[in-house]
Amino acid sequence: MGRYVARRLLQMIPVFIGSTLLIFCMMYVLPGDPVRALWGEQSADPAQIAALKHQLGLDLPLWHQYWNYLTGLFQGDFGTQIASQRPVADVIAQAFPVTLRLTIFAFVFTVVAGVLLGLIAGLRADKALDRVVLFFTLLLISVPSFVLGFLFQYLFAFKLGWVTPTVQDSEAWGQLLLPAIVLAGLSLAYVTRLTRTSVAENLRADYIRTAVAKGLPHRRVVGVHLLRNSLIPVVTFLGTDVGSLMAGAVVTEGIFNVQGIGNAIFEALNRREGSTVVGIVTLIVIVYLVASLIVDLLYAVLDPRIRYA
Amino acid sequence: MPETATAPAPVVLGKNQEPAPGQSPKGRSLWSDAWRDLRRKPLFIISAVLIVLLLAMVFFPGLFTSASPIDADLTKHFQGEPNYGHFFAPDWFGYDGQGRSVWARMVYGARASVTVGVVVTLVVTILGGIVGLVAGYFGGWLDSLLSRVTDIFQGIPFLLGAMVVLTSFAERKVWVVSAALIFLGWTQIARVARGAVITVKQADYVHAAKSLGASTSRIMFRHIVPNALAPVIVIATTALGGYIGAEATLSYLGIGLADPTVSWGIDVSSGKDALRTAPHVLISPAIMVSITVLAFIMLGDAVRNALDPKSR
Repeated sequence: MGRYVARRLLQMIPVFIGSTLLIFCMMYVLPGDPVRALWGEQSADPAQIAALKHQLGLDLPLWHQYWNYLTGLFQGDFGTQIASQRPVADVIAQAFPVTLRLTIFAFVFTVVAGVLLGLIAGLRADKALDRVVLFFTLLLISVPSFVLGFLFQYLFAFKLGWVTPTVQDSEAWGQLLLPAIVLAGLSLAYVTRLTRTSVAENLRADYIRTAVAKGLPHRRVVGVHLLRNSLIPVVTFLGTDVGSLMAGAVVTEGIFNVQGIGNAIFEALNRREGSTVVGIVTLIVIVYLVASLIVDLLYAVLDPRIRYA
Repeated sequence: MPETATAPAPVVLGKNQEPAPGQSPKGRSLWSDAWRDLRRKPLFIISAVLIVLLLAMVFFPGLFTSASPIDADLTKHFQGEPNYGHFFAPDWFGYDGQGRSVWARMVYGARASVTVGVVVTLVVTILGGIVGLVAGYFGGWLDSLLSRVTDIFQGIPFLLGAMVVLTSFAERKVWVVSAALIFLGWTQIARVARGAVITVKQADYVHAAKSLGASTSRIMFRHIVPNALAPVIVIATTALGGYIGAEATLSYLGIGLADPTVSWGIDVSSGKDALRTAPHVLISPAIMVSITVLAFIMLGDAVRNALDPKSR
């Protein structure tokens, strides 16, 4: 087990370096210039730009810039924003907990509601209730999250007046409820469908027939035997989903004015602040990699036949 | 769809195994079975009708509206409520903040969305298919290399990556947005194709072809590709809806398509400030996006059910 984790952690390193390098290249090779952006619409003195670039190390060759960035990163230095002179670590430290909270909220909602709905539908596959759930998930998959966000905003804030249209205090759990549900929408639909398919399939398995035949109570058959075996594809999906939830927060946070990393990255992108964008994406890549490691370890918990030497 | 598509059992009979004369010449290939199955499914029929309507909007928008989507008349600024009785008239869904007909923009917006969706899906399928085929068939170090590259691209969140690429371009036409989505989207197909190829590679008919001395290209294109195609097609059809949603999302964020291209995402974004007073400006294009994505997702579902022998 320990050796397996160690090996997986080692395998993460090339993927991590590759992903950050890719984002780094995209940020720095493509046109767009953070130093030039400081002047906005005004014409800038080329000599001044060149001097500032030299000072910031932006005139070095790309590999050198990346090396500087990476060595900084391993010393806990995420770099500094060019326009505001704020350390990127500060920006992240302020915004990340908000998004983390939003993501956890959305994740819990996805798991609880998705597995429950999927179980209900899967146990009665091809009955009326199953059709309703399937149709509902089809709708959720089709409606892009920004549409869902505005729909909820219109309905719950403007028509019903239950909530304020935008989040006033990004630290408050209660206010994050609506954005979290919007963020969870797509994942909820996928989890529901995966659980449903898996439950309906496993319902025909031999071990379920055995469990029923030996007289176990229905609750135990479903809750222990069926659910545990049906959750493997769901867990696989959830592992890759944590990263996409964080990325999806860009849209949700914009609609509801949540001051998280989505907003921070959007601002940074518009100003071409490479270090901020790379820093935040790096963080999301780490979350993604760790989540997929946890998923692999969870397999062994769910299915004891899977062992890691 | 994240569901792992299993490679279908190869049920295609070879050319020289055609049913003998006298037997009923039933189409026995996976594809003709699937087609016969599809035609009877209401899910498929609904989505096909919707897609035909959308394609009509793409190629002949003039059939649906006489108004121009860029004809702005500021005297009509948010004028009045939409007249839901005026079918196909310019004021069917009212006017937006610039005094442009919302209905005309709903019709003309189809072109950009469907073009991006179809172009991205086609290129991604070919590109990802080739990567998956090469990695799965040759294996070894080539497979390791290609799989690691796939992992690296997969590690970057799709939407964020597309945002990073797109902010660099001042002029964001349809092909720029498509290119950005292709750049980040090919990994999904590559993975599925690789898995399917590895499954098919172990089939007896491949070993038979190899022992008969068939060339690598013949084995690849005559034996492996046709039999590994089904799961790739399933993923590609479902992904098409996703790409249309992604285009709309990026355009909504202001880093996808840009004016003067007519795009539903841009329209939703321009309608959001008037959501309280004139919700129709936001909701109408939003409904178009949702219906379009829905049509392609339903098509993907129907195709999956038809091509997956396990579900029959």
